Amino acid sequence: MLWYLGRRLLQVIPVFLGATLLLYALVFLRPGDPIAGLGGERGLPEAVQEQIRAQYNLDQPFIIQYLLFLRGVVTLDFGVDFRGREITEVIANAFPVTIQLALMALVIEAVFGIGFGLVAGMRKGGIFDATALVVSLFFIAVPTFVVGFVMQIVVGVRLGWLPVTAGRDPDFVSLLMPAMVLAAVSFAYVLRLTRTSVAENLSADYVRTARARGLRRSQVTGRHVLRNSLIPVVTFLGADIGALMSGAIITEGIFNINGVGGTLYDAIIRGESITVVSLTTVLVLVYIGANLLVDLLYAALDPRIRYA
Amino acid sequence: MPENRYEPVGRSATPTPAPRPGQEHFTAPADEGGLGAVDAVATDETPTSLWRDAWHQMRRRPLFWVSGTVIVIVVLVAAFPGLFTSIDPRACDLARALEGPQAGHPFGFDRQGCDIYSRTMYGARASVVVGVLATSMVVILGTTIGAIAGYYGKWFDTILSRITDIFFAIPLVLGAIVIMSIATNRTSFLVAFVLAVFGWTQIARITRGTVLSVKNNEFVTAAKSLGMGRGQILVRHVLPNSAAPIIVYATVALGQFIVAEATLSFLGIGLPPDVVSWGGDISAAQGAIRTDPEILLYPAGGLAVTVLGFMMMGDVVRDALDPKARKR
Repeated sequence: MLWYLGRRLLQVIPVFLGATLLLYALVFLRPGDPIAGLGGERGLPEAVQEQIRAQYNLDQPFIIQYLLFLRGVVTLDFGVDFRGREITEVIANAFPVTIQLALMALVIEAVFGIGFGLVAGMRKGGIFDATALVVSLFFIAVPTFVVGFVMQIVVGVRLGWLPVTAGRDPDFVSLLMPAMVLAAVSFAYVLRLTRTSVAENLSADYVRTARARGLRRSQVTGRHVLRNSLIPVVTFLGADIGALMSGAIITEGIFNINGVGGTLYDAIIRGESITVVSLTTVLVLVYIGANLLVDLLYAALDPRIRYA
Repeated sequence: MPENRYEPVGRSATPTPAPRPGQEHFTAPADEGGLGAVDAVATDETPTSLWRDAWHQMRRRPLFWVSGTVIVIVVLVAAFPGLFTSIDPRACDLARALEGPQAGHPFGFDRQGCDIYSRTMYGARASVVVGVLATSMVVILGTTIGAIAGYYGKWFDTILSRITDIFFAIPLVLGAIVIMSIATNRTSFLVAFVLAVFGWTQIARITRGTVLSVKNNEFVTAAKSLGMGRGQILVRHVLPNSAAPIIVYATVALGQFIVAEATLSFLGIGLPPDVVSWGGDISAAQGAIRTDPEILLYPAGGLAVTVLGFMMMGDVVRDALDPKARKR
């Protein structure tokens, strides 16, 4: 296991380097000069522009810039953005609310997805199963932002049950609707995954044996069917953490939340390359980390899988 | 030495062929197996391949006909929007902005005074073109990379799998936003290309996996022993037998790409405003969401029905191609 962990960690390094280099190249090779536009209509004197370029290492060749950026990542010092804010501080401001949002969405999709999926899978082909399948397809087919708008109109404006937007320093209640919207698509996938897995495990030999031993229905379901069915579901949920954080770009935009998504989108539109690269790097790190965690969880959950 | 040492009991009347020089071992009597009868049975029935089997299976599902009809209609609308409406989607009259449904204008007018029904019909083209283009690119790119990695193995596999990991580490919408925000000349082709650049990894992984399991089959060994070249075996035998999971994933991916295109257009960095698209129209409807939410529902409905059609088709095809699921 330790050997596997070490090898898996080593594999992460080239992936991380490759992904950040790719993003860095995309952002920094964009046409246009972000410095020339800083001075507004009057423009900046040539000497000042030169000085700013030197300050942000923009006068260096591309690969040197990338290496300097990597040094910043390793030392957790991303430098300052064009408006003089510490990027580390920007990250520290943006991430907590997004993490809270992503975790809330994760809990929502896990609880409802597994719950409905279990019921649908136990009675495969029944009326609940058919309804659940159609509803989940509907959630997959309708884009997140449409779900968001409809929720805002119906739950927020017409019924008035939840706040329509979250705004600055949102509390638990005002994050509830954004979290539900963010969870919608993944909820559908979790439901379908649980359903298939449960239906498959119901006909497994060990479930028949458990029934033959005279265990109660709830015991068979909880201990044998559900636990074995959860392996692929947990894998999906783990990998989904990273996807939820980057998926928050849309949700945060609709609900006016100042998280990673909002900050990132602003930075992309304004061409603040350093902020964009730093935020996406952290997102990619979360994504890679979540996938690594899933691989390790796999071994813990399924004793049949052994890592040599 | 007797001519035939293993004379079968009770069949002594059967004449056995004379052994050729050097053929000293047992020779079966000519009529022993009745192989002719076996052949006759086999030729009586049509040979059932996986595809024929799947087609028989699908034909009986109502869901197949529903989703098939939806797809055919959407593709027809996308190809010939003029057949379904005679109103120009770009001919707008601000004086009629936000007017409700009326004769000749079943969906009413949007904020710019454009006919919503006409825009919903013409919007199908952008979604279908981007979806189909991106899916074709992803299938070509993903299958090529996955097949080479899985079939040739060794350092091909090491390098290609790491490249796949790198692109897999960048979420689709995130990568697409970064590139599209740079792009100056935004066309349907570019949007499809950008989605394909960050969307091919899943299909490459699937292809690699199935090729790995298919390439150890007897028929591959047989082809090899018959002297077929490696490339020829890959194209003629391995790829056709790995196609099922790729096709299933492609139908689902088509729906996801349509949603992703709408998301980019919604953010204002997808298709340019002069292209009529559902994503763009949803984005435009956002401004009047509190007062006139219904104008949002038409483009969103078109989008949902299209994606739903492709996703349901993917479900049906998967059920038909997966013998494990069919059993129950």
